[in-house]
Amino acid sequence: METIIFYMLAASIVVFSVLTVTTRLILRAAVYLLFTLLATAAVYLMLNYQFLAAVQLTVYAGGVVILIVFSVLLTSHINDRLELESKGRRLTAAMVSLFGFAITAAAISRTEFTPVTNNAVEVDTKAIGNALMSYGDNGYILPFEVISVLLLAAMIGAIVIAKKR
Amino acid sequence: MIAEIPVEHYSYIALFVFFVGLYGFFTRKNMIAMLMSIELILNAINLQFVAFNKYLFPDLMEGMIFSLFIIGVAAAEAAVAIAIIINVYRRLKTINVEEVNSMKY
Repeated sequence: METIIFYMLAASIVVFSVLTVTTRLILRAAVYLLFTLLATAAVYLMLNYQFLAAVQLTVYAGGVVILIVFSVLLTSHINDRLELESKGRRLTAAMVSLFGFAITAAAISRTEFTPVTNNAVEVDTKAIGNALMSYGDNGYILPFEVISVLLLAAMIGAIVIAKKR
Repeated sequence: MIAEIPVEHYSYIALFVFFVGLYGFFTRKNMIAMLMSIELILNAINLQFVAFNKYLFPDLMEGMIFSLFIIGVAAAEAAVAIAIIINVYRRLKTINVEEVNSMKY
């Protein structure tokens, strides 16, 4: 049962990501991006990362996609069709992407992965909070502080760039 | 972790989404559509991190924590990028990458 659900989610991730980059209506592209992100959140849930799935839903699906939809509505007419790149360039881009995919997939298929099943830790919110706030081994206080400064800088930068002069 | 699904399958999905995002970044001309492609790429990387964390190192939580940080960075990046795009639209009345070249020459 879980296997079937996983492959359905995988198929929807693949299909909607392709639709995101090929559809010619930009608002539809935003909605397909939203579906891709939702399916990814469902995969996180299946892997028992509930907190990560919640963050994915609130920040990505809730925040970033809404921001993108707003900026689409501000900058383009709703029925405008996206300009297509010339056929040769599209073919080149597809070839480059396929080539990269083939090389990396070959590298992965040749690598032995040995899944570990013992001593799994329970990743609940308390464990995540402790990890983010502690230093030493398994502590992430430095990246936590760095990203807080980054978010502050991004906030100030966005306000300064977008405000009317 | 789901026992019947090998970790490679997660890798293939993440890889596919990554290169689809790359294709979109190459072919789109609208800045917002290019931003969406970047979001796809970041999302694929997150999926890869999380799958490796769960299957290969279940006693640690590095992959998941770094996915959280990547989501935060992606949100900051989207906010700044959209501010820039709106400012460009206000000045040039277009967000087509080929027409936005007034700083180029």
